[in-house]
Amino acid sequence: MANAAPNGRYDIVISGASYAGLALARALSQALEGSARIALVDRRPVGPRGSAPDARAFALSAGSKRMLEILGVWGLVADAAQPVAAIEITDSSLDAGVRPVLLTYENAVEGGEPASYIVPAGPLNDALAEVVAGDGGIEIVAPEEIASFVGDAALDLTFAGGAAVKASLLIAADGRNSPLRGMAGIKSVGRSYPQTGIVTTVAHAKPHNGHAVQHFLPGGPFAILPLPGNRACITWTEEADEARRILALDDAAFLEEVDKRFGGKLGTLSLAGPRQSWPLELHLARSYIAPRFAVVGDAAHVVHPIAGQGLNLALRDAAALTEAITDAARLGLDLGSAQALERYERWRRFDAAMSTAAFDGLNVLFSNDLTLLRAARDVGLGLVNRSPMLKQLFVAEAAGITGDVPRLLRGEAV
Amino acid sequence: MIETLEPKSAKSNIDDAEVARFRAIAAEWWDPHGKFRPLHQIGPVRLEFIRDELIRHFGLKSGLKPFAGLRLLDIGCGGGLISEPLTRLGGSVTGIDPGAENVAIARAHAEPQGLAIDYRAVTAEDLVAAGEQFDAVVCLEVVEHVPDVGAFLKTCAALVRPGGLMVLSTINRTLKSYALAIVAAEYVLGWLPRGTHQWDRFVMPDEMARYLANAGMSAPRFSGMVYAPLRDEWKLTPDTDVNYLASSARPV
Repeated sequence: MANAAPNGRYDIVISGASYAGLALARALSQALEGSARIALVDRRPVGPRGSAPDARAFALSAGSKRMLEILGVWGLVADAAQPVAAIEITDSSLDAGVRPVLLTYENAVEGGEPASYIVPAGPLNDALAEVVAGDGGIEIVAPEEIASFVGDAALDLTFAGGAAVKASLLIAADGRNSPLRGMAGIKSVGRSYPQTGIVTTVAHAKPHNGHAVQHFLPGGPFAILPLPGNRACITWTEEADEARRILALDDAAFLEEVDKRFGGKLGTLSLAGPRQSWPLELHLARSYIAPRFAVVGDAAHVVHPIAGQGLNLALRDAAALTEAITDAARLGLDLGSAQALERYERWRRFDAAMSTAAFDGLNVLFSNDLTLLRAARDVGLGLVNRSPMLKQLFVAEAAGITGDVPRLLRGEAV
Repeated sequence: MIETLEPKSAKSNIDDAEVARFRAIAAEWWDPHGKFRPLHQIGPVRLEFIRDELIRHFGLKSGLKPFAGLRLLDIGCGGGLISEPLTRLGGSVTGIDPGAENVAIARAHAEPQGLAIDYRAVTAEDLVAAGEQFDAVVCLEVVEHVPDVGAFLKTCAALVRPGGLMVLSTINRTLKSYALAIVAAEYVLGWLPRGTHQWDRFVMPDEMARYLANAGMSAPRFSGMVYAPLRDEWKLTPDTDVNYLASSARPV
């Protein structure tokens, strides 16, 4: 729905119209069948990101893809998405001539469905924004931001622009530095990594056949995520000082650094997109809820990008919160009731904490050059490689279809 | 035994000391972490039973407003913990409670949410005298606080229209309920203020069935409620040894 000045009483206000906020607004609007008044607030206009493109690509799990299908989003990004047929894992040092593949996953869950898809960030943002804009149950309030909130039986919200409204529930999807999380008094625990994430897109001469590659290099993992055509998104983690040096290089020298890490398998490389970088950090909100308040996505947890799970975790948050709120609504409970929010927190917090710790551990395990450690992980991965059952379990876990899965991730309507 | 207890007031069938006990903590009705936390915690599972029994009995369409068009009565509404959800589900709800403080709190809580609920500080007997009838009557965690359960259920039944439904919840009188509902809940875990319940007022399901039959109601359908400590949630269960719910229809 078109932009509106905020007014009156809302059932649900979502702050932050990035991936998690857009998906959550759409999921709630669908599940609550127009019976709830929903506002989506963002500091920036909501819509295609023409002037500030996001160079990233996401490895979306099969569960996330099923959810996007229900939301009516997948059809709009399917052409830009590359199914991942297999994942290769290697861990050689930079100067090693040969790069033995340690582990190859047949990246499919039961029934041959790909366990993951690489989806470029730009088309995904545009598809989510288009679906939300066409959803008459969502009022977009942008550019605007929430200045304060307080209340008990209902929240009194004030906006930076001066408007004041009431809301039953406020959801923070406002990113890793979530201002609302701070205003709710929720602290987070975490740490910075002495590493920088670098993202760019390359074109290569030979076809990738849908193979994603994760090179564990001493500075951090270097991932090659296949895109449609002979293109790939590079998601590359480097020790911070080295990253600064590389980012300052001109295109030709930058490409040379990429080429050195890429491995020669896909032929001649050329740059096919802008480069972006950001410092790496990990954090986890100490609580996911406060009275009439919940956090989702990066506002709740920032994981190491090593496994590409950040957006999958965010969509899982959105699916679980939608289900908890909808089940409460179907019992006639207040949408911001403690019962609904406590169920969401019990459901998601343990999962996210385990993921955060696991990805952190993987990073420590792989981002170093100790010979003994290298030998130990080679043996470990070699064992996994020879056990089809263990591999299948890893693939299913990464596909987001194990455990207590929210209905949307199973491809079912809430 | 229940049958030997003399009602303090033959007219209203209300124990004044019980009313006073709840009146004293009325301000805390809506604090999910306060003295009424147990009622907030069993709220979802009680509502699940009410919703599913009404949908089944009246052949309603499930969804977000299944009770649209139904006139419902909540006896012993307290601060409105059940009246509000029944209203959100589409019902046209009357909530009654003998404690005027409770009714005032219930009104004050519903109004800013735009929930139109007919709260009244009257007794069930008053409504019978006024000749009122409802499609469904719910009476949750009340009978264990009432001196003469048989007479009280006759009064409740008179408020159900022919073809309508009554839903009750209460606590069984078993050794397990003594251990869990009194010793554990009031003394060990501190979930409930001490003295909230008197075990010898608890009602066994077969007694409930007999009282309902005497009141002209159909044989009840029962379901138990049990606390799952690891999930910190209440669930419906066939085991009616401690907390249980019952639904009973008034024949046409």
